Amino acid sequence: MSAQVASARRAPVEPKPRRADGGRSRLTRALLVSVALFYVVVLVLAPLGGIVYYAFKSGFGVISQTFSQPDVMHAFYLTAVIMLIAVAVTGVFGVLVALVLARDRFRGKSFVSALVNLPLAVSPVIVGLMAVLLFGANGWFEPFFTAQGIQILYALPSMVLVTIFISIPFVIREVVPLLEELGMEEEQAAWTLGASQLQTFFRITLPNIRWGLLYGTALSSARAIGEVGAVLLVSGLLQGQTETATLYILRAFEQYQDQQGYIVALTLAAFSVLLLVAIEFFKRKTVKEAR
Amino acid sequence: MPNGIALARRPFSGRARSRPGALSSWWLRGTAFLYLGLFVVLPVIVILDRGFGDGISHLVDALGAFGAWNAIKLTLIMALLTAVVNAVFGTLLAYVLVRIRFPGRELVSAIVDLPFAIPSLVAGVMLVALYGPNSAVGGWLEDRGLQIIFAPPGILLALLFVTLPLVVRSVQPVLSELDREEEEAAQTLGASGWVTFRRIVLPALRPAIVAGALLAFSRALGEFGAIVFVSGNIPNHTLTAPVFITQLISPAYGGSGGKEKAAAVAALLFALAFVLVLITERLLTSDADRAAR
Repeated sequence: MSAQVASARRAPVEPKPRRADGGRSRLTRALLVSVALFYVVVLVLAPLGGIVYYAFKSGFGVISQTFSQPDVMHAFYLTAVIMLIAVAVTGVFGVLVALVLARDRFRGKSFVSALVNLPLAVSPVIVGLMAVLLFGANGWFEPFFTAQGIQILYALPSMVLVTIFISIPFVIREVVPLLEELGMEEEQAAWTLGASQLQTFFRITLPNIRWGLLYGTALSSARAIGEVGAVLLVSGLLQGQTETATLYILRAFEQYQDQQGYIVALTLAAFSVLLLVAIEFFKRKTVKEAR
Repeated sequence: MPNGIALARRPFSGRARSRPGALSSWWLRGTAFLYLGLFVVLPVIVILDRGFGDGISHLVDALGAFGAWNAIKLTLIMALLTAVVNAVFGTLLAYVLVRIRFPGRELVSAIVDLPFAIPSLVAGVMLVALYGPNSAVGGWLEDRGLQIIFAPPGILLALLFVTLPLVVRSVQPVLSELDREEEEAAQTLGASGWVTFRRIVLPALRPAIVAGALLAFSRALGEFGAIVFVSGNIPNHTLTAPVFITQLISPAYGGSGGKEKAAAVAALLFALAFVLVLITERLLTSDADRAAR
């Protein structure tokens, strides 16, 4: 205590008067950094190393054999289809909702805003259950869709629907603060100069929010690819038909095909690292433009 | 330039004010509400209706099932531990990332975001690969009597992994906006680093830490993907509520006809999640208001 007081008093005399962190000793700083690094390594980096080790341990024969299985390829294809639809829907409607939340005034706005964030807090298992209750046997919409001959549950439509539910918040959460920060002056200038609403949106608003929109989109694609709990309940688990990449991993480990499970899991992890690079890039752009 | 805009706006002042309203006119607002209504509100109503349409009998049934109480208890305890541990380490990480320059800082910042990108199921696979009984690290720990996978510590690790970014990302912006002058004043007056942190920095960060921890808590309550491999799902020992609900509904997990029971438990968890989101919302907005002032 007294030593620190002394050093703080001596500080102005020293050549470098004040460090960026307010005069903490070098030892404390090193200690803080190493504790933080240790936590990140134990929790994130070491397990990542573990999965890389196990995926490659099996050798390239098993790897190429895994990727030549039609089941595996179809699982990746299905994951991609679901992700693309979910990202497109939540992107377009997300911007729309963000415009309303940022620009419109109405009663109960904080309630609507809480609704938007709700999917972040709701368990994916509950989301799957919701779809089962709506479209399953004795479900609210089951008679209607059965009469039309459209199968929703245990087929692609319900898998897309639950993924949309789960991906709703990401774009909205990124775009709303950007819109609020931007204000309306540019848009008003465009209107006064005679631009139509659509022109204003595509020429002014959209370019201004594009990095935030891309950031939110990357986050929601990551979430859509990784979804398992909700999809598990509504997919029906038909191999090669309604099995996504994550569901394949689940089955591989249940059938003691650990090698294949590790390999597909590593592929997904590699893809998410790519997405992460995109996420970091978009985030930096967003922050830079906000300033 | 602002002058120019003001001049341009003046002749139309009546219309200019209504114009933004025109952009967010009835169809925009209507579409937004319809979208949220169909995708968010409707599913919520169906859960409440099916779970509690016949009173609380389904809930009583569900709680009477084998292992139900312990599943809920375990889920709550694990979520609480997750929130507390990540509140501490998340704040530490945010502090280190914002206030200390060290080589590789940007990389660490990116790694903190990794759990946002990596599928939670893959996170579970990763933890099994490293700490599982067949791996070198897991075997070594087990020889010393510490079982991680298929035991509560594994569940905790999985939950800590998936919620790692939440506290960090909620504290970081507040910390970097924080005015340094108060800290410097405290230090000139002789306060130690720790005292400065506890008296000056921590109070300013508190709403952000609590908001992040609440998010982590509600995420942990519902987590399925990261836990399903790691926990082993042993009733009365490592079975958590989300996995329990899955077992009630999914044919693949040997359950059928338990939809109403599942809905009742789900409605309960759901209500808790909604309350937590509302509180978080309040905390974060009051925080933003204070910053705006």
